[in-house]
Amino acid sequence: MSDGIDNAAATDTLDVRVWRGDERGGDWHAYRVPAAANQTVLDVVTWIQRHREPNLAYRFACRVGVCGSCAMSVNGEPRWTCRTHVQDAARDGVLRIGPLRNLPLVRDLACDMAPFFDRWQEAGGRFVPSSDRHADIAAISPESPARRIADAAIQCINCAVCYAACDVVQWKPDYLGPAALNRAWSLVNDERDAGNKDRLRAVAGDAGCHNCHSQHNCTRYCPNQLDPGASIAGLKRTTMKAALKGQL
Amino acid sequence: MPIRLYMLQRLSALVMAPLVLVHLAVIIIAVRSGLDAETLLGRTRGSLVWGLVYGTFVVAVSIHAAIGLRTVLDEWAHIRGKALDAAMWAIGLGLLGLGSRAVYAVTVG
Repeated sequence: MSDGIDNAAATDTLDVRVWRGDERGGDWHAYRVPAAANQTVLDVVTWIQRHREPNLAYRFACRVGVCGSCAMSVNGEPRWTCRTHVQDAARDGVLRIGPLRNLPLVRDLACDMAPFFDRWQEAGGRFVPSSDRHADIAAISPESPARRIADAAIQCINCAVCYAACDVVQWKPDYLGPAALNRAWSLVNDERDAGNKDRLRAVAGDAGCHNCHSQHNCTRYCPNQLDPGASIAGLKRTTMKAALKGQL
Repeated sequence: MPIRLYMLQRLSALVMAPLVLVHLAVIIIAVRSGLDAETLLGRTRGSLVWGLVYGTFVVAVSIHAAIGLRTVLDEWAHIRGKALDAAMWAIGLGLLGLGSRAVYAVTVG
């Protein structure tokens, strides 16, 4: 660990360790960061980048929990850093901020998200229209059971927190993962979509939903309180019914 | 895990669940009533019922364990593709061979 602590600001400061490095290796660096009320983990990272390490690599955009780009590992747990308060995340007064696991590292706290979005495509996460632009807007009742199920899964912001939390992704990197399967489940229940035949086949394959061990780390850590574990369970039921009918 | 293996593993678990209870009951009754090997074999040999019970059990165990170990080999040993399926078949057929031999021994002789 490098000796980057600024002892001149020892009062009302946070003890922060930030992982710095790339795919070839790296190390934890220590910083003292001024404490502030309602401070978020992203505030802390930004302070370090602006005042101590101008070349610190990390990713953020909206700062209000919408864009899904600022997820990092905070004291070993995947978190959306813009909405995670330091007081909730620190352990024994220490913040250890690292990159998300299960994704290739670009540098420091920035991961390559390409595999995460590749899984979306592989799981049939693309909407397949059942009509064209000249047709009337489909009337889907908010009360219909399928619409309710789709609604429950649709607010994903693609932060990859669930992907980083999933042990099966770690063990089997080609596993589609909770976010892609959650997306597939929302489309399976989208009454306007016409792509379920290929989609169900995709999520029933060797890398598909049946790899899930139902540990539900995805549901535990989802910052939007979605339940990807339930979505995966829904896919398991739906694909089994389709298989029994000879549709897969 | 492909869906057919997933379904086969659940189906074999359904079959195994009552047979495990039967097997445990047989062990407990045999031990507590002090039956020796000769007496036990006298009851099982030529019995179609015991042959079917343990024959079904062996088939279900072979399927269930082979698929389960396939997952372990996939996730922990990172064996993939044809090698993974070959390992699954080897485990399944190995268990089936060993189990069938045991069933044959206690029901036929």
